[in-house]
Amino acid sequence: MATKAKNTFADKKMFARAIKDSFVKLNPKIQAKNPVMLLVYISAIMTTILWVIALFGIKDAPTGYTLAIAIILWFTVLFANFAEAIAEGRGKAQADALRASRKDVDANKIPSVDKKDQITVVPSALLKKGDIVIVKAGEQIPADGEVIEGAASVDESAITGESAPVIRESGGDRSAVTGGTTVLSDWIIIQVTSEAGESFLDKMIAMVEGAARKKTPNEIALQIFLVAISIIFILVTLSLYTFSVFSADQAGIENPTSVTTLVALLVCLAPTTIGALLSAIGIAGMSRLNQANVLAMSGRAIEAAGDVDILMLDKTGTITLGNRQAYEFIPVAGVTDKELADAAQLSSLADETPEGRSVVILAKEKFGIRERQLSESNMKFIPFTAKTRMSGVDYDGNEIRKGAAQAIKEYIENAGGEFTEECDYIVKTIASQGGTPLVVAKNHKVLGVIHLKDIIKQGVKEKFADLRKMGIKTIMITGDNPMTAAAIAAEAGVDDFLAEATPEGKLNMIRDFQTKGHLVAMTGDGTNDAPALAQADVAVAMNSGTQAAKEAGNMVDLDSSPTKLIDIVRIGKQLLMTRGSLTTFSIANDVAKYFAIIPALFMGLYPGLSALNIMGLHSPLSAILSAIIYNALIIIALIPLALKGVKYRELPAGKLLSRNLLVYGVGGIIAPFIFIKLIDMMLVLFGLA
Amino acid sequence: MSSVIQYILYLAVLVILAIPLGAYIKKVMSGEKTFLSRILTPCENAVYKVMRIKKDEQMNWKKYLISVLIFSGIGLVFLFLLQMLQGVLPFNPQGLAGVKWDLSFNTASSFVTNTNWQAYTGESTLSYLTQALGLTVQNFVSAATGIAVLFALIRGFTKVKTDGLGSFWVDMTRIMIHVLIPLNLVIAIALAGGGVIQNLKPAETVSLVEPIAVSADGEIIENADIDVDANTVTVDGQIIDGAQIVTEQFVPMGPAASQVAIKQTGTNGGGYMGVNSAHPLENPNPFTNILEMISLLLIPVALCFTFGMSIKNKKQGVAIFMAMFIMLAIALSIIAVNEQAATPQLAQNGAVDLSMVDQAGGNMEGKETRFGIATSSTWAAYTTAASNGSVNSMHDSYTPLGGMITMLQMQLGEVIFGGVGCGLYGMLAFAILTVFIAGLMVGRTPEFLGKKIEPYEMKWAVLVCLATPIAILVGTGIAAIVPSVPDSLTNTGAHGFSEILYAYSSCGGNNGSAFAGLNANTVFFNVSLGLVMLFVRFLPIIGTLAIAGSLAGKKRIATTAGTLSTTNALFVFLLIFIVLLVGALSFFPALSLGPIAEFFGSIA
Repeated sequence: MATKAKNTFADKKMFARAIKDSFVKLNPKIQAKNPVMLLVYISAIMTTILWVIALFGIKDAPTGYTLAIAIILWFTVLFANFAEAIAEGRGKAQADALRASRKDVDANKIPSVDKKDQITVVPSALLKKGDIVIVKAGEQIPADGEVIEGAASVDESAITGESAPVIRESGGDRSAVTGGTTVLSDWIIIQVTSEAGESFLDKMIAMVEGAARKKTPNEIALQIFLVAISIIFILVTLSLYTFSVFSADQAGIENPTSVTTLVALLVCLAPTTIGALLSAIGIAGMSRLNQANVLAMSGRAIEAAGDVDILMLDKTGTITLGNRQAYEFIPVAGVTDKELADAAQLSSLADETPEGRSVVILAKEKFGIRERQLSESNMKFIPFTAKTRMSGVDYDGNEIRKGAAQAIKEYIENAGGEFTEECDYIVKTIASQGGTPLVVAKNHKVLGVIHLKDIIKQGVKEKFADLRKMGIKTIMITGDNPMTAAAIAAEAGVDDFLAEATPEGKLNMIRDFQTKGHLVAMTGDGTNDAPALAQADVAVAMNSGTQAAKEAGNMVDLDSSPTKLIDIVRIGKQLLMTRGSLTTFSIANDVAKYFAIIPALFMGLYPGLSALNIMGLHSPLSAILSAIIYNALIIIALIPLALKGVKYRELPAGKLLSRNLLVYGVGGIIAPFIFIKLIDMMLVLFGLA
Repeated sequence: MSSVIQYILYLAVLVILAIPLGAYIKKVMSGEKTFLSRILTPCENAVYKVMRIKKDEQMNWKKYLISVLIFSGIGLVFLFLLQMLQGVLPFNPQGLAGVKWDLSFNTASSFVTNTNWQAYTGESTLSYLTQALGLTVQNFVSAATGIAVLFALIRGFTKVKTDGLGSFWVDMTRIMIHVLIPLNLVIAIALAGGGVIQNLKPAETVSLVEPIAVSADGEIIENADIDVDANTVTVDGQIIDGAQIVTEQFVPMGPAASQVAIKQTGTNGGGYMGVNSAHPLENPNPFTNILEMISLLLIPVALCFTFGMSIKNKKQGVAIFMAMFIMLAIALSIIAVNEQAATPQLAQNGAVDLSMVDQAGGNMEGKETRFGIATSSTWAAYTTAASNGSVNSMHDSYTPLGGMITMLQMQLGEVIFGGVGCGLYGMLAFAILTVFIAGLMVGRTPEFLGKKIEPYEMKWAVLVCLATPIAILVGTGIAAIVPSVPDSLTNTGAHGFSEILYAYSSCGGNNGSAFAGLNANTVFFNVSLGLVMLFVRFLPIIGTLAIAGSLAGKKRIATTAGTLSTTNALFVFLLIFIVLLVGALSFFPALSLGPIAEFFGSIA
């Protein structure tokens, strides 16, 4: 948003704060929130106590070894804290910037719109819902509100990071203003919609800072799974102690298994990698969304974005460029296309509408007809009026007109000319292709037709094809008539369309999809979009939209960009994929850890078990130390991945799964074998074990 | 080669018979007409009338669960009292006394939970009344309960936004009347025809053709010269003091064939005789053997196909079947190879014939010569895959790795086909865990068969999946430090540990097979194993019904290209992987102190 940190690690201040926070988070109350790490925390305390007792001579393992295990366990906890702290870092920096703009200002309260001059100055913190204030150029808007009179340009960079001012005016869909933004010119009268402490800015600060972060249902479900696995491992280690006692007893030797080693085994086996990174993944997902300038009202909304399989996209701005453009000149028989283009360009020289400009440009591109100077000859431009529904130019006794087919037809027939059937056919053909025909006539004779067309944005067709591969259907929403809509839909490659869309139409379509078991995402800005936004599973309200729309949605797009929906889906999916992949990695790691620790534990009891020491680790102590050091370091190693998210591709589910399984499942089995062996070699090299 | 053909034949016959049975069960449970409806449906309706069962009642999950618990609870108490009081009850021609409380509790838990762990010897402990009215009845209804709970779960998947899971009583009635009774009638008659005893006579005594000598402490004396008239036993010219000469043999009698049929089809496994289907009167020849062996896995395999048809997604049924079948085939191969190859000690200097041709070779200790390696290994694989637990050979005498596989199959939670009904619902809980992990990896919150998997389902699914590891680890963990336990063991060291681990694995998987070698009839074992059996039976039932209730209340999510396929080879592979991973992570340390240590010890 306001500051886009390109590289998390580059920011030294953030880094220092994260290190400090890692220690602050050692508070048992904070640790208690993450059961898996709580287990490591308790284990660290336990081994520390064992070490202290060992100093007094009561020990079942070498004192130095117990100390080493205790230190590594403390580092494991700190690394987990650091992962969370660094993920929160970016949000905290944003929150600080936002807080700066939330300062208390004086508000010019007025009793009603009619009494603009009866100003009472009150602090913005004391404004109540429904109060009316006037804000003039140069003043900060004191609270969130709805513009009820006036229009002004407003600098919203404090929240959007976008420096270009935006227009906010009463009525229509651009009436919402946000407290903390500044009026640059003119004045507006605002009705306050939220009180201090509940404003959009407050919500935003809480969201980016992660203070309002609640565990999402999926996080809870995953945590249940992790806790269950941890419980199994607690039972595995506890029972292993008694098994060891039994076996040693049978063999008539001393029990080879120390409590310290069992604690180390427990921590190694528990899913600490994912346990340590779980909350960092969630925060980072939220943070990525913030970086895309989207503010989610809950973590749940991001997860829902991953599940969405229907995207309802507005045609204009998302699928097509804003306006229609000249696409082709179709002359009638006896007229060359160059003649037509020439006439069309002449008639459009003074036409400043995007359509008019596009005619001029097309003629230049296709036929090299230069734009002529308006003063070139004795030209008189006839502007478009609602009455004539034509525009054109008169020059040197010639009369060129262009306009809708019906208007030109009347113009020609009134002059006694004939609107040919050929021309009629061309007009109908263009209309059936979803285009808009503009007929050009010179001296009451039809020259041909300009085909104006909605221009599909580059790359959208491919984008939609990718989305389809992932099982996401795209629905185009447009006010066009069904024929035009169908033609554009076919060209853009959307799966379906809603023509002549009304707010009720949208709402019904969403409901319809939902009853069939789909999850629907949409964007909206107007007040009349509010019901549909409230119904949709993922509802992105434009920041430029009305207050009602913003309240009905579960995300706000600060850029007010209609294509944002696709990014949101990507971020949602990436978040879930990261969570799943790291869980798989974490559990797959256990295979290697068993092969490191079990032979180390019982080689003395059953020498044959040394066959399981396939890594050829140096000694039982070095094996256990290597495994637990690996366990701690892998957390640090995976922080960048947790923050960035796993690589995202638009692929069908099956392919995504096999790819991620290969990388994180198979990789998760192999990696620890290599690294534990390396750590073991280092320990031996430095004579530490 | 000949034995490889045998293995393939056993697997093929099983699947070929299971598919039509699966279709039949599906029809029965959805109330459709079958070729037996004309005879059986009137019986079904009569039961409803007499028992006042409402045929179209829709119970919510809690009511369904309470019905299951009450039904099983009454069975438990009844069976407990029946054993304690059998001494004063009729149909007790041998005049057997009442059973001790701890053994009664153990046996009652064992049969109500479809485990059929037998700490007693049937022919010398239980009266005909206890066998018929207690054990046989439980053999039927505990099996039917498993199928009923499975169907409640199936309805959880198929129903949308409702809370009714059907009626437990209707489900029980249909399974009993349309499936278990006719199927067992056919099998019992076939078994009796094949030579399994079926009568109500008291045990008989017959004269031995050749008398044998037994030493004072009960061991048979080999190579002894026996003089019956002089009552002396001499070995190498030395007279053995205190030796006894045995000239007569005790031959048990009774209604075996009928009990053997349901023992197999209901994945019960409680033998009529102490040594189960290794006994020549319970399983006399290869014909009865193949019949018993196939029937022990028949319903669990069939239910996979029933599941697919019931949820209108046959591919899903096949996928679950494939996952189970592949694991079974792997387990069978490992057992077969290890038993055939025997141990280095047996192979030494060609002391034992290990070839697969002609006369059975390999590790024949504890196996019947009339069955050989192939049939014994197949039975061992089948019976520990299905939580059946009947045996035709002694698993205690298997090679370390062969014996480990039988143990591991039980430790996996009896989901490789498993017990009737419960194996499949256990596997579906594993499928839920699998879609949870895999679903996240494709960027969606997890769903299975169109239903979202949320914290509530996850909570119960992990409990269903982990009940077995929890019970086995806690049970074995405590048993390992109980001072009296080593006295119950026949072996010391790693094999001794295996004996304890096997007992808790068997009860913790509701399997019931015995490793032999362990004298489990002590108060500690009876009570602890009884509790383990109850825990691993009812916790998953509660979990499964809770999941069913929650799923039935959800809407169905549409399937798109972004939906994780749960019917393709990748999913089958993942499901197998998750099942093995949970098993391996839970039991690798324990197994390495038992069979793995033993294996490395034997090759060292």
